[in-house]
Amino acid sequence: MELILSGAIGVLAASGIWLILRPRSFQVIVGLCLLSYAVNLFIFSMGRLTPGAPPIMPKGGFVDPTLYADPVPQALVLTAIVISFATTALFLVVLIGLRGLTGTDHVNGKEKSEA
Amino acid sequence: MDNPAAMVEQNLLLLLALAPFAGALLLTTLPRQAERRAALFSGLTMLASLGLLAGMAKSIASDNVLTVDIDWIPTLGLSLSLRVDGFVWLFATLVMIIGLLIVVYAGFYMKGKDRLPRFFGLLLTFTGAMQGILLSGNLIMLVVFWELTSLMSFLLIGFWHGSAAARDGARTALVLTASGGVCLLFAMLLIGQVAGSYQLDEVLKAGPEIQAHPYYGIILALFLIGAFTKSAQVPFHFWLPGAMAAPTPVSAFLHSATMVKAGIFLLVRFFPVLGGTELWFFAVTGIGMLTMTVGAVVALFRHDLKGLLAYSTISHLGLITALAGIGSTGAITAAIFHICNHAVFKASLFMVAGIIDHETGTRDMRRLGGLFRVMPITGSLAIVASAAMAGVPLLNGFLSKELFLAETVAWHNGTWLDDSLPYIAVVASAFSVAYSLRFVMSVFFGPLAKDLPKSPHEPAAWMRRPVELLVLICVLVGILPALTLGPSINAAARAVFGDDLPYYDIAIWHGINAPLLLSLVAFGVGILLYTTMARGIAAGPEGPPLLHRLRGQKLYDQVMLRGTWIWPRRALGWLSTDSLQPQLRLVVLVAFIVAFGSLWRNFHLAETLRQTAPSPGFALMWLVGGACAIGAAWQAKYHRFAALVMLGGAGVVTCLTFAWFSAPDLAVTQLLVEIITTTLLLLGLRWLPNRREEILRDTLMPARVRRGRDLFIAICSGMGITAIAYAIMTRPRIPNVGDWFLANAYHSGGGTNVVNVILVDFRAFDTFGEITVLAIVGLTVYALLRRFRPASESIDAPEQQSGNIANRLDDYLFVPSTIMIWMFPILIVVSAYFFFRGHDLPGGGFAAGVTMAIAFLLQYLATNVKWVEARLTVLPIHWMGIGLLIAVGTGIGSWIFGFPFMTAHARYVTLPLIGDVPFATALIFDLGVFALVVGATVLMLIAIAHQSLRAARMREQEEEASKEANKKKETPVWN
Repeated sequence: MELILSGAIGVLAASGIWLILRPRSFQVIVGLCLLSYAVNLFIFSMGRLTPGAPPIMPKGGFVDPTLYADPVPQALVLTAIVISFATTALFLVVLIGLRGLTGTDHVNGKEKSEA
Repeated sequence: MDNPAAMVEQNLLLLLALAPFAGALLLTTLPRQAERRAALFSGLTMLASLGLLAGMAKSIASDNVLTVDIDWIPTLGLSLSLRVDGFVWLFATLVMIIGLLIVVYAGFYMKGKDRLPRFFGLLLTFTGAMQGILLSGNLIMLVVFWELTSLMSFLLIGFWHGSAAARDGARTALVLTASGGVCLLFAMLLIGQVAGSYQLDEVLKAGPEIQAHPYYGIILALFLIGAFTKSAQVPFHFWLPGAMAAPTPVSAFLHSATMVKAGIFLLVRFFPVLGGTELWFFAVTGIGMLTMTVGAVVALFRHDLKGLLAYSTISHLGLITALAGIGSTGAITAAIFHICNHAVFKASLFMVAGIIDHETGTRDMRRLGGLFRVMPITGSLAIVASAAMAGVPLLNGFLSKELFLAETVAWHNGTWLDDSLPYIAVVASAFSVAYSLRFVMSVFFGPLAKDLPKSPHEPAAWMRRPVELLVLICVLVGILPALTLGPSINAAARAVFGDDLPYYDIAIWHGINAPLLLSLVAFGVGILLYTTMARGIAAGPEGPPLLHRLRGQKLYDQVMLRGTWIWPRRALGWLSTDSLQPQLRLVVLVAFIVAFGSLWRNFHLAETLRQTAPSPGFALMWLVGGACAIGAAWQAKYHRFAALVMLGGAGVVTCLTFAWFSAPDLAVTQLLVEIITTTLLLLGLRWLPNRREEILRDTLMPARVRRGRDLFIAICSGMGITAIAYAIMTRPRIPNVGDWFLANAYHSGGGTNVVNVILVDFRAFDTFGEITVLAIVGLTVYALLRRFRPASESIDAPEQQSGNIANRLDDYLFVPSTIMIWMFPILIVVSAYFFFRGHDLPGGGFAAGVTMAIAFLLQYLATNVKWVEARLTVLPIHWMGIGLLIAVGTGIGSWIFGFPFMTAHARYVTLPLIGDVPFATALIFDLGVFALVVGATVLMLIAIAHQSLRAARMREQEEEASKEANKKKETPVWN
């Protein structure tokens, strides 16, 4: 499982990085989305993989922390998901604005030799 | 001091320090038309301050020092302390009297369009800052007020910000005086370190220690740079003439009693601490004498009235500085005396210059002349004030100048500078006689000037009153020095030197002695200078021959131009790029290298790998997910829609992974956000240009090389991340803070869903920050799109909405849209469900908020913007505002019960129909989160959705324009 997930993170990250180095703004936005999946999964995986033990507590009584998934990375990733959505939206708007103002969707605002 | 009288005085002192700021605050609330009220309020504030000062007069006269100390940050030794002694009292009274007169004058001088409330607000704040310098009992506080005067003078000098000269003058003044302020701060910090305290009282006693300290030289240098920049001493003097672009009342205030005198104040105040050494004498007296001479010489050659007065101010400041440098008791007394005298006559002269400018429309002395005939009263006042400036007997200027000359003649330390003082003093005095003469002669005498911009006449009586009063003071002090200023000057000198100073009697007549003879020589030479050179000066350039080419201003401009424009831009050209790709590449490479470098040789896997049994389902899932990611990367350029769908695929697999590994909250949120993101991107696709497949350059060699390089970087980074992720995932789990959260979530957070409890209770403050970010992003998106104009090729209606297809598609997506409309109430219920179960089970404010936003979004998708907004009033900004308020309110609520910010309280309440609901204050906080997420998300979506409306509007406008153009063509022309 660990190997699969770390491989998956790598594939997502590599695709994302390749895309953010591309010249077209849409490629960059897709790249950022992929990269944020990779990063979210990476942070999440720092709490180790524990299938079938969500951090939902019984009401009262002794709690053995080793029986549950680590809640801290989950809380971090939850906020990260919302924030990355916000930045994606912001970037999308900048993309649209750039397109309207400059007439091109090249990330530099002008067509250049770099393709 | 525990007696009631002392308490009263302390309160007076506090009021005094606060009064100008309170007045300024009040003025900011006035509407811009309230000119009279603005002048009245600021006048009353100054009057009140004078009243407060009068209330302290008695105590000050008996050599008391009034202090107030308020602990601010006691652990750092910072306290707000105010301190008044005789010197400060005299100075503050001077500032307030001149300030009051300036307010009266400005009330008539400034025009209605000048936004008087703002002007007087700035003036009062400046007065408060100046007074703050005087009253500060703490070195750091003094520097803060010092910088505040720099800032406020910047705003005042640049008050007419429409003019380039005003802006430049203001900027130069700010750059110079504020950098001087920084030097002063360092000096004060060093003094505080050496003296062991930042309290002025302690520091004033620590003079010998500081002078013996090895840092003395550097302290003195920094200190003097601070004082000299403020007091416009050579070579920092040039900001002062530039500041003449200010409205005249400002010049009259800044360059008579305040701003420039702040530096002098500091020199005199710190004389017991830093002064008396040979270094001090040479630096301060030397610069002072130089400034005095240069100022006097340049003043004679200026054609602009205010320019002449500016250089004259520089010269007089030099005189006072020189006295502070000499530093004998007589010299300091003379310095204090001249501070007052100069303020009085220079303020009146600036006001006269303002009146002349106001009534004739010019300040150029070459155009003016003979004004005495039309303005006899103003003329007489100006003559008396100029005579005081030149040092004519029976006027105040004469007395302090005599004291100065006496000090130059007296023996101090026998160095060459000491010996040459009388000669320099006479030269400078002669020039000051000459420029005073020029001021009077060229403006008021000679033939009456013709073709002035305005026909001159006496000004409004109240504009002249302040001048009259000031001139009266000149005469009174000049004739009866011992009765008028004598006691206050002596009290001030005692405050500087200590109580045992003998009483210094200021008299008009000392008999025929060296100073008087020097004075006479200066008068003779001055009159000769003027009579022989008058014509030549008027015909010459703006400045003394030869010297006018050598100007500090030019040098400064060059330095500023190079330092802040040319060199930085050149450096930017070398070091940066406008292009995004190299920057991102650099970011990725640096991240990779840093990670690689730190892990090199340290990278190793755990001895026993923590492995979870592999599942074929999971592997299959990620086979699809990975393929989607690579596919998206592959297709994002030419097939955006396909790339978007594959991106969604990768997102869904990510979401399933969260669910698989026990993170239901994440799975829910990820799924919902996935929906919103995809929709957003779909909306955005509409505005992108068509992509042609056959871009030639793409197939060329350089493009291939670039792509290959990027691919290499991407693959290396991906592999690196994989390795790190694998290494950490397979390590045994170590106990961490999460265990504490798990154990205490129910017990102290009142919820069983630990992730939610962390978000809304344990780490609520973080969440609060995060929702604030979301709100800011929402507003930014909204603001950016308000100015958006679609690209021309995107304005046309999409294919589906135009032509014959539109008719065929009347019922386009009829069934789905009906279902989507019906989904609205259901989604609201789902959202409520997520919200209420959030504290105990997966869900919560974030998920509920996004669900609610999807409910709105579906309505927009199912129909169109106009249809929805005719039926639903969505006020996203209100949602956001209310959400933030609820979140803050919950946090503050805990203060009421005496707990720290954002302490949560938890219990269960039974709601009818719903049953037991975990009711924690955290739930209210979560409500805030919910409202804000709904608001921000809907705001962004609506903002983007509205672009189609705008495009439609532009389309209509274009159609109308073309129709009208056609009409014009069709209309036959009959003539």
